[in-house]
Amino acid sequence: MKCQRCNERPATLHFTKTINGEKSEIYLCEKCAKEQGEEYMFSYHPDFSIGNLLGGLFNIESPFLSKPAQYPQQHALKCEHCQTTFQEFVNRGKFGCPHCYETFQEQLTPILKRLQNGNNVHKGKIPKRMGGTLHVKKEIEELRVKLQQAIAHEEFESAASIRDQIRSLEKSLLSKGGEL
Amino acid sequence: MSLERFINQAVSSWMSNEGPHSEIVLSSRIRLARNLADYKFPSLLQPEKAAELTAKINESMQEKYDLELLTMEKLSTLQKRVLVEKHLISPYLSDASSYGAVLLSDTEDISIMINEEDHIRIQCLSPGLQLKETLKKASEIDDVIEAKLKYAFDEQRGYLTSCPTNVGTGLRASVMIHLPGLVLTQQMNRIIPAINQLGFVVRGIYGEGSEALGNIFQISNQLTLGKSEEDIVEDLLSIVHQIINHEESARESLSNMSSIHLEDKVFRSYGVLTNSRIIESKEAAQCLSDVRLGIDMGYIQNVSRCILNELMILTQPGFLQQYAGGTLRPEERDIRRAALIRERLKLEENC
Repeated sequence: MKCQRCNERPATLHFTKTINGEKSEIYLCEKCAKEQGEEYMFSYHPDFSIGNLLGGLFNIESPFLSKPAQYPQQHALKCEHCQTTFQEFVNRGKFGCPHCYETFQEQLTPILKRLQNGNNVHKGKIPKRMGGTLHVKKEIEELRVKLQQAIAHEEFESAASIRDQIRSLEKSLLSKGGEL
Repeated sequence: MSLERFINQAVSSWMSNEGPHSEIVLSSRIRLARNLADYKFPSLLQPEKAAELTAKINESMQEKYDLELLTMEKLSTLQKRVLVEKHLISPYLSDASSYGAVLLSDTEDISIMINEEDHIRIQCLSPGLQLKETLKKASEIDDVIEAKLKYAFDEQRGYLTSCPTNVGTGLRASVMIHLPGLVLTQQMNRIIPAINQLGFVVRGIYGEGSEALGNIFQISNQLTLGKSEEDIVEDLLSIVHQIINHEESARESLSNMSSIHLEDKVFRSYGVLTNSRIIESKEAAQCLSDVRLGIDMGYIQNVSRCILNELMILTQPGFLQQYAGGTLRPEERDIRRAALIRERLKLEENC
């Protein structure tokens, strides 16, 4: 596709502009995009900060407008521990404190999916001291995968021993007050 | 201060050792982002809380590790710049953080940044390709801190970080890799998008936004959620192994097709480095890359391999000025740089 402004170079950037709910789209080459920078807001300044970029990312409708998305209906939503509002988070691209993750949980899920390639659940390390029953749960999950593999390979003896391990872990989990 | 002594100080001692695949992979780095549960994130932290937090983190480490605490406010701009050039602190910690500090090990293979974007950034560095080993080391440090302090952790989201691009594992695994063969055969433009599609990022040597000085690239993971630390490292390793293979075959085909041209390029660059009186950092980086390739290919034998890593850092503006003992204008820097490289290579020849 050719650039819609110069009709010469190939278009490498796609802009979506939304004004009063009316959407217009344009395909430009890098040079024209730079020249039209003001209008299309995608700046090439070296000080283009990650916060700005994130602010843009959270704009679900048109992610590459550099103006952060506006969330008027969520103005009231504020983290009571650090007073950060959702709008402030979007503008800065940073949370104010660990509690913000609970406060903005609902808004965060689609954002995380966007930033983390569709993932929104932690699968990695669990802190030793405060992980509580999480370690046991994780171990059970891993053993279940092993169990399936053992069955698939028809290694029934090892499957039986894995099953016993899972049972005893489940027992200890319940006795610690955890849920299966 | 003698030149020799300065070099000893300029190069982190972990860097002078070689690791697996050292001919292509310069270093491996693991970074873990952690925050404490009962404090606001650094951008909103009050000064007295920040000082309290620094003291607590320092204290939690001293029992098992021998680390030196440096607070940013006590360092000069130039000293901070030198630390940035050695990759021991981030530009953000040096310039933007209000109450930043860093804990450094003797050999500079461990650097724990305090009150950067997150309360704690554990960073471990190793020569060559040693991601698994380095992850293990960082994880052990993490355990030591966690035994004493309460982390901000959520069952669903994992380790909570100030920016949601790091939440989950808080892990950034990266390798610094020298790819002159792929650049010369113009394959990087093809390889970079392929790596991006796998959720990994390729950048130039000095972090975000910089170009690839001296054909040195940094490859790191972008995703921190939905994958375990081990899987992230495993995936990065398999990408790096493939790149190593491509780089090796690019070097082989270059030497098969036009050995004399490659040799010519290498020795011309060696000539520039050993003779020039004024040299810009970009040209110096390119020539150093050529010379290092020459060493790897066996064209140059009397120069040690770590010269590239060493001189790349030594010839950065901060280091040159530190060495000169004051601020230098850009042209003065270029003169100093040329002199420093000549002297260093002469030292090498006499060994």
